[in-house]
Amino acid sequence: MATRLNAPHALRPPTVPPTVQVRGLRRAFGDTVVLDDLDLDVAPGELVALLGRSGSGKSTLLRLLAGLDAPDAGTAEVDGVTSVAFQEPRLLPWRRVAQNVALGLRTGSRRERDERARQLLGEVGLTEKADVWPVTLSGGQAQRASLARALVSEPGLLLLDEPFSALDALTRIEMHDLLLRVWARHRASVLLVTHDVDEALLLADRVIVLDQGSVAHSLRLDLPRPRALHDPRLVAHRATLLDQLGVRTAHAAASPTTDTAQEAVS
Amino acid sequence: MSLTAPLARTRRPRRPGQPRRAWRRAISPLALLAVWQLASSTGVLPREKLDSPLNVLDSLVGLWTDGRLLDAIQVSVTRVLVGFALGAVVGVGLAVVAGLSRIGEDVVDAPMQMLRTLPHFGLLPLFILWFGIDEAPKYALIALGVAFPLYVNTFAGIRGVDPKYLDAARAFGLGWTERLRHVVLPGALPSTLVGLRLSLGVAWLTLIVAEQINTTAGIGYLVSDAAGFGRTGEVVAGLLIYSVLGLLTDALVRILERKALAWRLG
Ligand SMILES: Nc1ncnc2c1ncn2[C@@H]1O[C@H](COP(=O)(O)OP(=O)(O)O)[C@@H](O)[C@H]1O
Ligand SMILES: [Mg+2]
Repeated sequence: MATRLNAPHALRPPTVPPTVQVRGLRRAFGDTVVLDDLDLDVAPGELVALLGRSGSGKSTLLRLLAGLDAPDAGTAEVDGVTSVAFQEPRLLPWRRVAQNVALGLRTGSRRERDERARQLLGEVGLTEKADVWPVTLSGGQAQRASLARALVSEPGLLLLDEPFSALDALTRIEMHDLLLRVWARHRASVLLVTHDVDEALLLADRVIVLDQGSVAHSLRLDLPRPRALHDPRLVAHRATLLDQLGVRTAHAAASPTTDTAQEAVS
Repeated sequence: MSLTAPLARTRRPRRPGQPRRAWRRAISPLALLAVWQLASSTGVLPREKLDSPLNVLDSLVGLWTDGRLLDAIQVSVTRVLVGFALGAVVGVGLAVVAGLSRIGEDVVDAPMQMLRTLPHFGLLPLFILWFGIDEAPKYALIALGVAFPLYVNTFAGIRGVDPKYLDAARAFGLGWTERLRHVVLPGALPSTLVGLRLSLGVAWLTLIVAEQINTTAGIGYLVSDAAGFGRTGEVVAGLLIYSVLGLLTDALVRILERKALAWRLG
């Protein structure tokens, strides 16, 4: 289980071109420079967590990668199909759940798309909800449907913008599990925006911290999954990340900043 | 005609021991009918001013059996249908143009807002000059009355569609026409249906006015012809038919609303 859930990228030769290649990206709104000379690579099949304070430009970066916005300078190249799941699931309330998922597919006959949508709903454990209206779903179920819609097109890159932050703690744990499962199965690169340090530590191959418009910190986590938060290596990394995010609590200060954590800073 | 159309009536649960509300509400209309009948029978209310309820019923049966009523209904309903269809195409069409683009809004909305303040009945003399005295000016007047409530509500509905849904649709690669089909139009539908109900009220009202002038067929003709000969029973019978037709279309829209907006309640 643990090995199967590990990052496929680790097995690939380093010559494989990245799924995402961002160079010198800049985006400003009026006088506010949100992204400034940002570089970022995401390897095929890599799960990258993007941490940053509120307003640090995480969503802006995702919108650029999704093609919903254009940069003022620089390039953001994505290899393959990109799809998105947002913090609010954004299911169209006037389309049934299966139809919503099928909207993520742009090819194939209506029948094929419907079948594929139902298959994906099965994968996220929502087989029975295929024909209901989205309004009847719970928050967690809606987010599962949203994930199914994002995966149905077999994207090369899955962009997740704080997809779990509105869920209750128990549902969030289930969703972490689900994400790791579908990720292992579909082998997409994932860029997961979150402001939950623990979420990043539990899930990601690499955690990057966005600050002042560019990548301020990058931390590789070559740890097997499933991970436990009390794992001493994670505890050390948490301290580093909280420090990078400018959080100075008694909790963060008490956590030992070990040599392992320092090494991981690249 | 009411200016606000309630979308759904909440029904209060009947408390046990309370006298049945429906019967209580029927008492005063029935009493009014009885007083009316009494006034007619005793000669207080002369027949040439207003016939008795029983004679109204009699006229209704008479008009039905000699086929004049059905003919009149056919003519009048056709007028409303044609006028409504024209007005709906124009109103909804312009709303889509104005709702979807800033240019469209600038070109369409300003004149529409100006024209909206014109009392459309006041245009009847002009319409007779332009379109003659046959069916055309009646169609035009009804169409004009119908177009505005549909325009205003559909425009508001389109503008009220949550941009997050449009963003999501774009992120999944839905093109312009698909976004219109899956997001904009269904999202605007609740508001459009409010406009539909208002506009049908306007359509019947406009029909009544338009049928007063230069008609040789239809319910309006029936009424004015009867009035000319002092047959007040037939006059009231014609008015009754108008209101029944109005109620029928309102009921149809309610059914349509319940079907089309099922997604709201699940
Ligand atoms: N369309 C926009 N117009 C103006 N300012 C924007 C727009 N989108 C984002 N911003 C600004 O850019 C900054 C970063 O926003 P965002 O990327 O949403 O942050 P995050 O997702 O990290 O919380 C914020 O200050 C926000 O106000
Ligand atoms: Mg954000």
